[in-house]
Amino acid sequence: MIAVNGSEPQNPLIPSNTNENGGGRIVDRLFAGLRYIDQRGALHDEVAQSIDTTDQQHYRITLKPGWTFSDGTPVTAHSFVDAWNYGALVTNAQLQSYTYGPIVGFTDVQADPPRAQTMSGLKVVDDLHFTVDLVAPTIDFRTRLAYAPFYPLPTAAFKDMKAFGQHPIGNGPYRFADGNAWQHDVQLTVVPNESYRGGRPPRNKGLTFVFYSNFDAAYSDLLADNLDVLDTIPDSAIAVYKHDLGDRAIEAPTAQNQWLGFQSNLAHFGGEEGRLRRQALSMAIDRAQIGRKIFHGTRIPARDFTSAVLPGFDPNLPGSNVLDYNPAEAVRLWNQADAIAPWSGSFEIAYNADGGHQAWIDALANSIRNTLHIDAVGAPYPTFKQLRDQVVHRTIGKAFRYGWQGDYPTMLQFLEPGFVTGSESNDVGYSNPEFDRLLTAAEAASTEEESWKLVGQAQSVLLRDLPTIPVFDYINSAGYSKRVHNVVMTWNGLADFENIELR
Amino acid sequence: MAWYIARRLLQMIPVFFGATLLIYFLIWKVTGGSVTALAGQRTLTPALEAQLKAQYGLDKPFWWQYLHYLKGIVTLDFGTSYSGRPVREVLARAFPITFRLALLAVFFEAVFGIAFGVVAGLRKGGWFDSTMLVLSLLVIAMPIFVIGFLAQFLFGVTWHLAPVTVGSDVSIPRLVLPALVLASLSFAYVLRLTRNSVAENKDADFVRTATAKGLPRRRVVVVHILRNSLIPVVTFVGADLGALMGGAIVTEGIFNIPGVGGTLYQAVVRGEAPTVVSFVTALIVIFLLSNLIVDLLYAVLDPRIRYA
Repeated sequence: MIAVNGSEPQNPLIPSNTNENGGGRIVDRLFAGLRYIDQRGALHDEVAQSIDTTDQQHYRITLKPGWTFSDGTPVTAHSFVDAWNYGALVTNAQLQSYTYGPIVGFTDVQADPPRAQTMSGLKVVDDLHFTVDLVAPTIDFRTRLAYAPFYPLPTAAFKDMKAFGQHPIGNGPYRFADGNAWQHDVQLTVVPNESYRGGRPPRNKGLTFVFYSNFDAAYSDLLADNLDVLDTIPDSAIAVYKHDLGDRAIEAPTAQNQWLGFQSNLAHFGGEEGRLRRQALSMAIDRAQIGRKIFHGTRIPARDFTSAVLPGFDPNLPGSNVLDYNPAEAVRLWNQADAIAPWSGSFEIAYNADGGHQAWIDALANSIRNTLHIDAVGAPYPTFKQLRDQVVHRTIGKAFRYGWQGDYPTMLQFLEPGFVTGSESNDVGYSNPEFDRLLTAAEAASTEEESWKLVGQAQSVLLRDLPTIPVFDYINSAGYSKRVHNVVMTWNGLADFENIELR
Repeated sequence: MAWYIARRLLQMIPVFFGATLLIYFLIWKVTGGSVTALAGQRTLTPALEAQLKAQYGLDKPFWWQYLHYLKGIVTLDFGTSYSGRPVREVLARAFPITFRLALLAVFFEAVFGIAFGVVAGLRKGGWFDSTMLVLSLLVIAMPIFVIGFLAQFLFGVTWHLAPVTVGSDVSIPRLVLPALVLASLSFAYVLRLTRNSVAENKDADFVRTATAKGLPRRRVVVVHILRNSLIPVVTFVGADLGALMGGAIVTEGIFNIPGVGGTLYQAVVRGEAPTVVSFVTALIVIFLLSNLIVDLLYAVLDPRIRYA
């Protein structure tokens, strides 16, 4: 058994209801979808034989024959279609239901009360074929198919989803160990699934996800070789972990970033005045120095609104100089804004105190104060929840920290929820028809390269309007014990679990 | 005596209701019946939010929720956590572990605290007394997480004398180090309380009388000095069991013990009213019971204290 760090899943282990890291890392071991993402972030077909489309809107999916779940039942077109329909239906209250949004008929199953029980855009042709119709062309739908909510479910699941969530039966590289596999709040053990036929077969005899409530305890276990892989080095050890672990220390960029958001009802941040002020603030932040000093290099200055690890990322987009530290220009822009309406009051940055954000927010406020000579301070909220409540209800009345972590590796997944007009996670209420048009065009592009070009143009629009100030990209610090080798961190900051090997 | 116990138990009922109402109200105030945190960085669609609120009864008014919760308690149904597990199950898993840890800590603090305190008190002003006073001051001054990390690093990581973290095997031997860490602060207080009390009593008239009538030294110390010195110590130790159970959160975090601390912390952060209220209520009951036991012990230690 290889011991890896984890945390008690917050929800039952149903793929469409798992939206956090603790459950996600386990669900991805237990299930195999149409496609999978390898350690380099490249996509491969898994259960899918082929995914055919000519217009990015109408898909015909063919499954490989012979796949079964670990209970012996076959994986068929129904396994996928039924699982997606279950996940999308509002009365099932699945936290990931938004992922089915592009599919025709989604709004009917999400109505309250629902107007239909299943999505009309999904049709089973026969056991190995089904078709998917989307509302609009969506080039990254092929990437999304690797994401957990699109995993298939066996018929057993629908008989008693509650029981299934406690003891899921999947078709992935691992299955639950026999006996007491899931000791709640303590650990969960998976062993190789003999019936798995995909491209990521385990190179170990099983994994034990040990649940930690803090990374400090996990780090101590790693030092004592009680824990084999730790994917997050705690803040307290960042300065010394390379010395402690030597060549067993890993540093790898991950698809997560940190933003500073502004809602349009915030005084002095509407219209042209607001745009100038946000640009000034952005140029007043010495990102590189804060990343070095506070995070020991585990945060690097953001170059766009996505993440440096994603395919198509371009660090030199037109307009990205607004993210450079430039005190003189910052002061000039701030004075220009003052000419429209003079600044008054203090500039507050809201953050949640339960997430270890205080140090860098204070540093950010310092940087702003020293450059613009305004009263900039951090405004702590006790919990993430309290901060989110005010952000969601648009009552925060301050700038606030937020960020995005990719669910699947495409830039579109960072830009659509956050900035398209009316998107549910558009916390800053941004709306620009030009940006919307460019993103729609990027989704409808016929090749990825063409799509990336359009995404770049869309980001230039964002860099000009700067509804949100990108601050950092994350560098993941991880480490492993003397017992294992071949530990590689993937694009989303998790270990490539299947390939970890005992020495 | 029986009447006294019955009266004390009856007094617990309004305390119980008052406390649960207060906690429920506070949690409800803080969360406002919101499920925002479930969505993480995303925002729930209105339909999904409504569905989730209905599922957890959060769409109802405060009074309905509270009464519904009380109704559940009568049938020992404490509600369901957001992860779909019955809170009763979460309680039944976490509490025995922390109770074991806290009892072990109380044992250590009482045994070592009283033993060292008696020796220090009897030799007031001697080198042992001075050393203990300085050491206990040091322990009181140090935050518990410093002691915890230090102990973990030295005994666990460096010398391999104790498990680094406890994890799935919560047997007594594995809990010794965390219990010692948890007990350290109270140990210092017990030591100082005992020492002062003993130092005061050893010069009392009744002790001089006992010594004068030729009683062996051992009997003088145990029956006459110690017994009379223990009342403040017992008060402290008894009240400490409840405090240790609630305060184990730091120690449990350091040693990764799946007890009350971590579970309660997660529940507070997520705003899971049923879990938080049930956990805190259980802590209150333990606190009340240990206080009752303390009061009953007074009579054993000092027969002049009578209950009517």
